[in-house]
Amino acid sequence: MDINLTLIGQSIAMLVFVWFCMKFIWPPIIEAIEERQKQIEDGLAAADRGQEKLVQAQAEADELVEEARHQATTILDQANARANEIVADGKADGAKERERQLAAATAEIEQESNRAREELRGQVSAVALAGAEKILNREIDAKTHDDILGKLAQEL
Amino acid sequence: MASEGGHGPLTSGEYIQHHLQNLQVCKDQAGEWVWNACAGNPLALNVDSMAWSVFLGLVFILLFRSAAKKSSAGKPSKFQAAVEIIVEFVDGSVKDTFHGKSRLIAPLGLTIFVWVFLMNVMDLVPVDWIPLFAGWIGIPYMKVVPSTDVNITFGMSIAVFFLIIFYTIKNKGITGFVAELTLHPIAPPTKGAGLIAAPFMIAFNFILESVALIAKPVSLSLRLFGNMFAGELIFILIAIMFSGGLILGVGGGLLHVLWAIFHVLIITLQAFIFMMLTIVYLSLASESH
Repeated sequence: MDINLTLIGQSIAMLVFVWFCMKFIWPPIIEAIEERQKQIEDGLAAADRGQEKLVQAQAEADELVEEARHQATTILDQANARANEIVADGKADGAKERERQLAAATAEIEQESNRAREELRGQVSAVALAGAEKILNREIDAKTHDDILGKLAQEL
Repeated sequence: MASEGGHGPLTSGEYIQHHLQNLQVCKDQAGEWVWNACAGNPLALNVDSMAWSVFLGLVFILLFRSAAKKSSAGKPSKFQAAVEIIVEFVDGSVKDTFHGKSRLIAPLGLTIFVWVFLMNVMDLVPVDWIPLFAGWIGIPYMKVVPSTDVNITFGMSIAVFFLIIFYTIKNKGITGFVAELTLHPIAPPTKGAGLIAAPFMIAFNFILESVALIAKPVSLSLRLFGNMFAGELIFILIAIMFSGGLILGVGGGLLHVLWAIFHVLIITLQAFIFMMLTIVYLSLASESH
């Protein structure tokens, strides 16, 4: 329990150890700890940012889908309208065509019937003339009564 | 009870005496180196305390240096994580107490904490193991707990004491140091009739502050020494029970376990207190208040 040289030896040993610790132990360890703390902090912040971005992207995607849906509806409506228009146009064209053909057919029929009538009229007048010639024979000169016969044929 | 050094059976008193004796070396009056005949010689060296203390200091240095070499900001190994827990604990304690910037205080705290802890831990090694082994190889005395040697604790606290003075002068100048010793706690008057009383006040302050200053290292070392010495003594007393027959032996074993568990707390606490007070003293020296 006496105080002796050990005291000074211990003091020197302590100063040496403390110096060594101050120079070679403390700085690298505390540096590593602080750097890691910073990294963890940065990582957490990055994760937060990522989360935020995800939410944002989700909202954007929802918006895009909504817009696309809207566009699709518009396009569909337009397509329907156009289809209706086309059908209506077709109907109108058909009707017109039908009328045109009908008119053409009617005209042709009329023409044909006129021609037939003309022919018939000619033939009737010829038959009438032949009949009258046979009945009247000489009494009726075809040349003198031609204008009467012509008038008759006109009236038929 | 172990019989060491060929002394034959020991009495309880001799056993305790033997356990409290340091392995000493010194020069006698004839200038020859002598072992264990140095009572009262101020130039004696407690070889066992010194050797264990330096050995444990080296254990600390090598363990922490190997962790420091491998330290990186990446994923730490388990050993590295353990070292970092201690470092962060010390760093936190320092930051709680000391708000300035100092490259010394934190590493000083770490060294003191781990080193004192390691020295105290030697107390948990059963008291006879190492002395018995030392006896086999011819070493008659072996005190394995350096912190039960008052020289060791005083050696550390005096190193702290000089650091306190050095830092006070470095941060506040010689005048600041002198002023701290003389102008507190009673500020002497600087003018008027009270000027006559000023020298007395200064003398009073000086005595008071000197005692306060010197009390710091004394209390620091005696607290550690007292705790560890008492703990060691109780371990020795319990060890005596082992030779007192079956019942006393079993009771002693039980007591030993209980005391060892309790002592783990004391060991850590004393290391922490030594570190904490050193930090407080040095922050007081570095901060102007």
